[in-house]
Amino acid sequence: MKIRIYLFVFLFLALFAVTANAQEAMMNLINKDAKPVTDYTSATFKTTRVVIGQSCEIAPTGNLILVFSHHFGALNSGYENLYGLKQSQVRLGLEYGVTKWLGLGVGLNTLQNTWDGFANFKILRQSKGAKKMPFTLTIFGSTAIYTTKWADPTRTNYFTSRISYATQVILARKFGERFSFQIAPTYVHVNLVPSYDDHNNIFALGAGGRFKISQRVSVNAEYYYLFPKQIRSTPAYSTFSAGVDIETGGHVFQIFLTNANGENMETIVTQTTGTWWNGNIFLGFNISRIFTVVKPKAYR
Amino acid sequence: MKKLIFILSCLAVFSLSSNAQKFITKTGHIKFYSDSPAEKIEANNRQVNAALDAATGDFVFKVLLKSFEFEKALMQEHFNENYIESDKFPIATFLGKVNNIKDVSVAKDGKYDVVVEGKLTIHGVTQQVTEKGSFEVKQGKIAVNAKFNILLSDYNVKIPGAVTNNISKSVEITVDLNLEKFASSVN
Repeated sequence: MKIRIYLFVFLFLALFAVTANAQEAMMNLINKDAKPVTDYTSATFKTTRVVIGQSCEIAPTGNLILVFSHHFGALNSGYENLYGLKQSQVRLGLEYGVTKWLGLGVGLNTLQNTWDGFANFKILRQSKGAKKMPFTLTIFGSTAIYTTKWADPTRTNYFTSRISYATQVILARKFGERFSFQIAPTYVHVNLVPSYDDHNNIFALGAGGRFKISQRVSVNAEYYYLFPKQIRSTPAYSTFSAGVDIETGGHVFQIFLTNANGENMETIVTQTTGTWWNGNIFLGFNISRIFTVVKPKAYR
Repeated sequence: MKKLIFILSCLAVFSLSSNAQKFITKTGHIKFYSDSPAEKIEANNRQVNAALDAATGDFVFKVLLKSFEFEKALMQEHFNENYIESDKFPIATFLGKVNNIKDVSVAKDGKYDVVVEGKLTIHGVTQQVTEKGSFEVKQGKIAVNAKFNILLSDYNVKIPGAVTNNISKSVEITVDLNLEKFASSVN
């Protein structure tokens, strides 16, 4: 009798397993039939800026990003300047995603009326699945031209003296859904430097990260270490910037504190004249708005 | 004991039933559409995997969420990052059955109304669903069509207050598959 009951239970379970497994087996069939796909990591950083420096991201294909960056004056500028509220430094920028791997941008900075133009190339994209790649690699190249009047009009001035260049190799990785990190060795070439003691070729090492504290808010921080003894005639320091990214529907707001005065890579690296310790801190924000210019093929 | 062996072997044979009645696709199309006063959102996935056993009615879907293409890149990023969380829940699945598979004859061309019932898993949440659709058999192929609505709240997809006017609480799902006979080199 006992055996019969066992047998019955066993058979029942076996039958149950077969019907439940029929659909699982069909799923296996699908999995075997499916072509392997590559899962590319998206949104390593929310915008093309970690805080003030470039992130590994480029504008999405066919999309135009309008970036409005604003820095107030230094906090240590005293009550006369309302601790920086009276002054402002602005950069208006446009970026466009030409292809998946090429982005182009231009910007106008109120600091020395500087125009900057750049291209960023996404060489490698972090991915898993069929194609595995542990990190994203973006190369950033920029040219900046300041257009204020010559400081000394009596000497012979060349147009090329207005130009400086920045190149960055940005290596980034998204570790899980919350945390992203990048390192960015940076090379800046300044055509004309103030004194014989100053180097024309300046090297810095950038590192930046993002930590998502909610679905739409993240804390970002960024450090650009300026290797010493390259700029001697003027004070020049490494920069540290920290802030919050807040994402709404079509905008990303970045609110931050930084000791960098400039807003383009050339000036961030070479013209940061004060430190956090002496109160040379600027309150700033970036507002990015994205527009779809060319729709994906299926929607044209 | 002999009986037991007999029954077990029957079961074994049954579970190894041939692939002759199986239909499959890896280029199925699923569209979702959200219509709200402020914004119309449409996304298309043309890489849907699905399989049907026309003998038993077993019907399964596998949908890679990152394969949904949107009109705006930003929508696509929000869909993956903020709403469906496709890094955490990369696929949506359906495991179910065609209730009235007996009414469908794959040997004869014709159009059949079907009722499909089973477990739909999206965003890590599984719901029992029953939806109507149609099978159109033509020259040994089956065109599957269905249109139904799902509530985002059923699948724990949260919409923040600021964009409640932009995203509809209920989204329309359109399924469009062309199932072909499964050709296996094994069986």
